[in-house]
Amino acid sequence: MRNSRACLRAAVVAMAIATLGTALVGCGNGNDAGRAKLPVKISPKVAEDGTATLRRGNGAEPGTLDPHQARGVPAANIIRDMYEGLISISPDGETEPGDAESWTVSDDQLTYTFTLRDNARWSDGSPVTASDYVYSLRRAVAPDTASPYAELHLPIVHAREIINGKADPDTLGVKAIDEHTLEIRLNAPTPYFIGTLAHPSSFPVKRSAVERYGNAFTQPGNAVTNGAYTMTSWRVNSMIALTRNSKYWDNANTAIERVEFYPIADANSELSRYQAGELDWAGVIPPSRLETVKMAIPSQFHAVPTLGVYYYGLNLRNPPFKDAPKLRQALSMAIDRQVIVDKITRGEEVPAYSWIPSVVEGYDSAQFEWTKLSDDKREAQAKRLYAEAGYSAEKPLQVEIRYNSNEGNKKIASVISAMWRGVLGADVTLRNEEWKVYLDSVRQGADTQAFRMAWIGDYNDPNTFFELMNSGFGLNATGYHSAEYDRLQEQSAHMPDGSERNETMHAAEAQLLADSPVIPIYFYTSKYLIKPYVSGFEGNPLDIYYSKDLAIEP
Amino acid sequence: MLGYAAKRLLGAIPTLFILLTLAFVMMRAAPGGPFDMDRELPPEVRANLEAKYHLDEPLIAQYGRYLWDVVHFDFGPSFQYRDVTVNQLIEAGFPVSATLGGASLLFALVLGIPLGMLAALRQNRITDYLAMTTAMLGISIPNFVLAPLMILVFAVYNDWLPAGGLGGWQNYVLPVVALGTAMMAYVARLVRASTIEVMRSNYVRTARAKGLSSLRVICVHALPASLTPVVSFLGPAAAGIITGSVVIETIFGIPGLGQFFVIGALNRDYTLVMGVVLFYGILIVLFNLLVDLLYGWLDPRVTYS
Repeated sequence: MRNSRACLRAAVVAMAIATLGTALVGCGNGNDAGRAKLPVKISPKVAEDGTATLRRGNGAEPGTLDPHQARGVPAANIIRDMYEGLISISPDGETEPGDAESWTVSDDQLTYTFTLRDNARWSDGSPVTASDYVYSLRRAVAPDTASPYAELHLPIVHAREIINGKADPDTLGVKAIDEHTLEIRLNAPTPYFIGTLAHPSSFPVKRSAVERYGNAFTQPGNAVTNGAYTMTSWRVNSMIALTRNSKYWDNANTAIERVEFYPIADANSELSRYQAGELDWAGVIPPSRLETVKMAIPSQFHAVPTLGVYYYGLNLRNPPFKDAPKLRQALSMAIDRQVIVDKITRGEEVPAYSWIPSVVEGYDSAQFEWTKLSDDKREAQAKRLYAEAGYSAEKPLQVEIRYNSNEGNKKIASVISAMWRGVLGADVTLRNEEWKVYLDSVRQGADTQAFRMAWIGDYNDPNTFFELMNSGFGLNATGYHSAEYDRLQEQSAHMPDGSERNETMHAAEAQLLADSPVIPIYFYTSKYLIKPYVSGFEGNPLDIYYSKDLAIEP
Repeated sequence: MLGYAAKRLLGAIPTLFILLTLAFVMMRAAPGGPFDMDRELPPEVRANLEAKYHLDEPLIAQYGRYLWDVVHFDFGPSFQYRDVTVNQLIEAGFPVSATLGGASLLFALVLGIPLGMLAALRQNRITDYLAMTTAMLGISIPNFVLAPLMILVFAVYNDWLPAGGLGGWQNYVLPVVALGTAMMAYVARLVRASTIEVMRSNYVRTARAKGLSSLRVICVHALPASLTPVVSFLGPAAAGIITGSVVIETIFGIPGLGQFFVIGALNRDYTLVMGVVLFYGILIVLFNLLVDLLYGWLDPRVTYS
């Protein structure tokens, strides 16, 4: 008797909890087909005096806010709001004058002369002068600064010798003709040079601040900036707060008074806080919620194709990929990129049938010869090449795909291994490693075969992708060494813009695609959630969004 | 008692030394270094960086140099957050973590002890079942499931509390509940079990027989004895808070020390990880000492040799 009463009581209690839970969460939470519900609170942060604060979700905590040492998009977002270089990027991704009002190029394309604005000022009121730029560019290439982007400045005279420690930074080919005129000399005509000046590693830093505070010159109170904002507070892993720099030359056009950057590590947390009205701008969307987001709040969702490629590198130093171009092409052909983009990543990425992303300005990529073939024909050709490479059902290819541990990489690797197995009959093993361990493996190149990589361009010109595959560049993780490709790439890096340059680049790209040392899979798309009261957003392939170009209209 | 405390503290020094050495060895044994990234550094730059941080010296020299700095309370520069030192990071993160951890512990005790006592005093009736069901739920649901659920209910679907970040006391409510629920559940079960036992003991029966009020019997005579298992549990509970806080801090975006363990290890930030490990080691040693002293105060039968 007692027991059954206890059971009944327990059942009643359980039901009460369940009902209470459902009531709290609310009914109709998105299971109706086609009518996903995603509550989003619309509440801008506006102070009593009418000034607004823009709250941006900003991915990882920046390692440093020194423009010459920083790397990664989160740091770049903050640095671009605080500092300005000779060149800026307009909201639609074009280069436009920054601190440099105008510039001229000599006839031989080797000397650039910049005229700085008269009213360019640091946040402490002092004018921004050409000597500031001379100091800063020298600092950017000096080995002491340890800048990961020092090689961006290689076009400048003597940069290479300085980076290699063979020359003094003072010998760099930059000169202050007078307070407002800066002269930069290049080794050879460089069509993409102006684009590199919009990169944070070309930004100026105030010499007195650096010399006085050393490493801590980036802290609020010490930092002297020449951009639209200055820093008021920096709490590691919590928030970085910027406020209007009233000395900025274009301050009259800055609409938003304050900007707060929130380094939120977890994408789901960022989405929750965006929904709860604590963020105006979310820079990441958890892949599992993409569909719901796109259906529920399409006006707030923005997908922008960017300059980035996700690819598999093939280690050409060892079998099975050494001296096996047909095998490499077969593997590349056997991958159905459309399926990966439509069903796996589902973030409106662009399938990659070329090496250079389609959004690059002024250049039409060369594509794989087999791009237009139907699936059946493509797979048949892949099988044929696989057989010609010497593999068959009795003697299948044994290959390993290695990737750094990450849900997305795992899914893509699984799908690709299924495709290679299904279409070709290859025997594929998967191996994942933690990021740093993975970098080490790829660098050593001792036992890697197919490995996942990505590359994001530094400026809007095909060269930033082409030079990656030059045999002398950086890691050269694939060990690709084609004299013809190197020649074409180096030639195109120093030709003036025009149809001849495009043809040379086309030839280089075609060579690369035929040799297949890499298998490009898709081009990245950046995804943002932006509240409807934030105006001024125009997607651009460089992922550059200055807060000064935005406005909040409550 | 003071002598006992002094002896314990002295004995902690070799423990901390071993802890530090183990941390050093394990961090260095992991492949990959702090300056490895997908964008390769020019060799001259890399050599410069390594020289700046003394990574080019033999390991034993680096170890010695680090020990010397630690003895002077200097945990060194952070490899990954280049603009600050590890001391600054710990100074900024510790108050937040301490508030979070302390509040969770308080939440667990303030809710768990009465819940457990109530369950014991109304044993096998509905109060008991409700309390123990709550306890079971609290133990079974992992905090990384509870936390997002609470965010959905309290911050997203309704506008009652913030979804994350630092701000006023409201920002601590959800994290404290998420972190403290499992502990509260354990405490409740422990208190219930020990209270049932204590209520049956002779001295409680004597107190009742003497005619003391129920309240006095329970609160003054039974409670201290039932708390001894809880006090023993406090030591591992502190460790549990530290490990649990990593997840909670990430989900709620709270800038505490817990995140530095994981982020530092993943980025091979040697100084940060060793600094945080040593700091937490000291905290746990002190906390365990405190717990043992508390034990002696609660139970007069315990003496210190």
